[in-house]
Amino acid sequence: MSFLAKYIGQKVKRTEDPRLVKGIGHYVDDIKLADTLHVVILRSQYAHAKIVSINTDAAKAAPGVVAVYTGADVAGKVGYVPCAAALPGLNVPKYPVLASGKVIFVGQPIAAVVATDKYKARDAADLIEVDYDPLDVVTDAQAAAQNDSPVIHEEFGTNIAFTHQAGTGDVDAAFAAADKIVKETLNHQRLAPISMEPRGVLAQYLPGEEQMTLWSSTQIPHLMRTQVAIMLGLAENRLRVITPEVGGGFGCKLNVYAEEALLGWIAMQLNKPVKWIESRRENFQATIHGRAQVGTCEIAVKNDGTLLGLRYNVTADLGAYLQLLTPAIPTLTGLMLSGCYKIPAIQMNCVGVFTNKMSTDAYRGAGRPEATYLVERMMDCVARELNMDPVELRRKNMPKPTEFPFATATGLFYDSGDYEKALDKALAMADYQKLRAEQAEARKQGRLIGIGVSTYVEICAMGPSIALPAGGWESATVRVEPTGKVTVLTGVSPHGQGEETAFAQIIGDMLGIDMNDVLVIHGDTAIVQYGIGTFGSRGLAVGGAALVKAAEKVVAKAKTLAAHLLQTDEASLTFENGKFVGAPNDKSVSIQEVALAAYIPHNVPEDFEPGLTATHFFEPKNFTFPSGTHICVSEVDRDTGDVKILRYIAVDDCGNQINPLIVQGQVHGGIAQGMAQALFEEVVYDENGQLLTGELMDYAVPKAHQLPYFELDHTVTPTDVNPLGAKGVGEAGTIGSTPATANSVIDALAPFGVTHVDLPLRSEKLWKLMNN
Amino acid sequence: MIPANFDYFAPNTIEEALQLLAQHGDNAKILSGGHSLIPVLKLRLAAPGVVIDIGRIADLKTIKVDGATISIGANATHAEIAANADLKTHCPLLVETAAQIGDQQVRNRGTIGGSLTHADPAADWPAAILALDAEIVARSSSGTRTIKATDFFLDLMTSAVESDEIVTEIRVPKPAQPAAAVYLKAPQSASGFAVVGVAAQLKVANGKCEAASIGVTGLAPKAFRASSVEAALVGKALDDAAISAASAKADAEADDAMEDIHASGDYRRHLARVYAKRALMAAAAKA
Repeated sequence: MSFLAKYIGQKVKRTEDPRLVKGIGHYVDDIKLADTLHVVILRSQYAHAKIVSINTDAAKAAPGVVAVYTGADVAGKVGYVPCAAALPGLNVPKYPVLASGKVIFVGQPIAAVVATDKYKARDAADLIEVDYDPLDVVTDAQAAAQNDSPVIHEEFGTNIAFTHQAGTGDVDAAFAAADKIVKETLNHQRLAPISMEPRGVLAQYLPGEEQMTLWSSTQIPHLMRTQVAIMLGLAENRLRVITPEVGGGFGCKLNVYAEEALLGWIAMQLNKPVKWIESRRENFQATIHGRAQVGTCEIAVKNDGTLLGLRYNVTADLGAYLQLLTPAIPTLTGLMLSGCYKIPAIQMNCVGVFTNKMSTDAYRGAGRPEATYLVERMMDCVARELNMDPVELRRKNMPKPTEFPFATATGLFYDSGDYEKALDKALAMADYQKLRAEQAEARKQGRLIGIGVSTYVEICAMGPSIALPAGGWESATVRVEPTGKVTVLTGVSPHGQGEETAFAQIIGDMLGIDMNDVLVIHGDTAIVQYGIGTFGSRGLAVGGAALVKAAEKVVAKAKTLAAHLLQTDEASLTFENGKFVGAPNDKSVSIQEVALAAYIPHNVPEDFEPGLTATHFFEPKNFTFPSGTHICVSEVDRDTGDVKILRYIAVDDCGNQINPLIVQGQVHGGIAQGMAQALFEEVVYDENGQLLTGELMDYAVPKAHQLPYFELDHTVTPTDVNPLGAKGVGEAGTIGSTPATANSVIDALAPFGVTHVDLPLRSEKLWKLMNN
Repeated sequence: MIPANFDYFAPNTIEEALQLLAQHGDNAKILSGGHSLIPVLKLRLAAPGVVIDIGRIADLKTIKVDGATISIGANATHAEIAANADLKTHCPLLVETAAQIGDQQVRNRGTIGGSLTHADPAADWPAAILALDAEIVARSSSGTRTIKATDFFLDLMTSAVESDEIVTEIRVPKPAQPAAAVYLKAPQSASGFAVVGVAAQLKVANGKCEAASIGVTGLAPKAFRASSVEAALVGKALDDAAISAASAKADAEADDAMEDIHASGDYRRHLARVYAKRALMAAAAKA
């Protein structure tokens, strides 16, 4: 494919931004329907308790209250919250939309109050009396896996949801042949995704037309349509899911929650629109969390630094129930345990465990940050053990560009990569040797400077259908309208990724038109053909690829008509700058003129199908594997343990870049989230399962002033998996920055003999280590 | 995050506000900038029947320097204090403290009177107000009284303001050496509140410390004056050794240290000593 490149590769400002910055975009809560009733959900205050009784009489009698529903009302009428991930022997608990009999995490929905406004609904919720009989609570995943633990789902007799083994190669032989075995226990703390806009649902049911419309803040409108239709017993084509503006997702809206089906069901009971907008407190308690793995990693290595094998025994904290992809997340960790390195034998032994906490699921990176953190932290531990420079250890084990596609012991084929190129670029930007000399000098003066390097490779553009529970293709329609304007219908559901802009750039160049003549429509299942959605850094690399293929079909059809209009043969036509030009007399016709002729077919070839539109469903043949190197320079305050980031350098390779401005924005946000994980973010439950970080006063979402200037550059190693050569960049920053920051801070503490510290690297923790 | 029902009054004069307060008594809460009260209402930790919004009382916004006294209306926002040119000249500690509170949105809404009355043990203002020997003026329908800063903070979220009183003014004696002052804090990573904050105001003559006043917030259930540090400094040359020795007593007046997920009591005590030293070194350098 060749591009005009008037737009592609240019730093085009996002066309989405003016409406968002002005505050005139429409989120779910901005959609106002007449006669809407408002829902407030009463949630469990206990992490584990029997519900002895619920008395809703006073709530039902309260002013403005239309209805109050409990688990007894929905039992047998609304299906269970779905889990789409499948693993052999997986224990899948029944997850009712309103608790029935018992509650197993703080924040679990117990009752729904419907009233004429949200204030009355909230007041009435206080009038519901729930008589709880508290049960023993287990919040620690390793404790929950023990035989003496309280059991959360009695039907299984155990809290173990699954055991999963991944990897190939003779790990025992690798460890037997090793000169050294380096072992470390690492805790990957639980995080809250915290999208700026919490979740929200508006449901309307029209009994005459037998049609339901669900406005939901989601990343997956079509998958939600299928799942909610099943839960409600509706024909799928009678349910329309509309995703208006979505104020961030980071994976937490790649899900189907209890509230979506519940609101739909209530709308059908009352035949009036019903709305529920999540509060921030609910968002902390009842929207999925991420990460939460604790495990022990062992690396077998030769004295010269050659890696022989890796073993990871890990417990994954799944939370109370399985949400859409809960059990799949740790399996992604298993896939990425080879990192950027040749490791001939890899084994992950994973135990997935239920605890009395909110479910974990996909959070930006989803399983890969866990793998990268583990591998990159271990590489520093190995380098320390071998007294090698951590950069040289990494370099020694990297595959060369000629070794791609590179087969890993985890069963993947990395599509393309030039890991040393990005590494060298980052080292040059940092002036690594000089930095090390400065560090040595600073140490003599008692200053604690650390240098942390992390390389990474991630698995993106999800993905081939065989690897995803609901398929991994993506769809696009390109519709040239009679006036020559172009409408794109995309199956992805961008919520901050900027595809309205990037897709218009692609069509602008492919059709040779002004990109402002392109309208990109997404997130409405009644308008857009079925799609998979936006997650796993797939919007451009899979959705954009579908768009390219659809546009090619449109150009091909237009060319046939253009040849007819110009009375020449197709082979002699060229298509440039939006015009078909015919040899030998160089007569031309524009794509807009062709479009009009296609819709008013008074002069067309015989058997010509009117209109100018094409749809393509693109099936990628592999994942893509973006990569890069991040370097962090930090200083630890000897007196307080405070960490100051002095420099941050990131060289990312996401293949071809359609819009470098958007790429940089994605990298900035990703680094911010990953660095926050390293330094201060952590979901904390107490031993009773009460959430201690239940609001933004206690849960430290990163703010601009807490972060350094980011020095960014990139390398370009295109992929052949899709026609754009683009690999995806939505999660890269998150994946590279956590280990780079952690390695830097732990390196700063090397004079104290510190080899590992669990995240987050909060000041007091470091102060204690220095004063132990 | 929706408050329970309440009746709302927005009086235009302090007299009107006091009358409403006398009428509704314990059932009423005063709303100023709203940054303390509204979160409490939304979480339903408080459900007063009446909210009296004093935000429209223009008289309570005045900031003036008059002779030896600086007067700040209780409704002055943190942002207004941070930007006030007279205060920059005559009492930069107020300006510096105001500028470190929360973020711009918080500073634009939150008021000094509201923050002090709320008596959050991690708030920034108490440290500065103590270090400046300020007085807080409180009015009720039966009269006006002034409360010394050292008598103002009683316990966790408890100030000396009675339920029939409204704080109207903060009076600060103009410091003899305005520039010799610093407020430093260890901000809590999520909220920006002080894990520990130390405000120091010094008076130095002929190379010796003539007076030192140090307020500590964040460490104990109520902010306090670090009297032991002050006593150890007066009459001394403010060199590293003297300041180090004195700062080691920064937590001496704290019988209890606060503990939460952000910091242990021991770490807070340690931070108080570190920040006292840093604040004193910085203030001494400016003297």
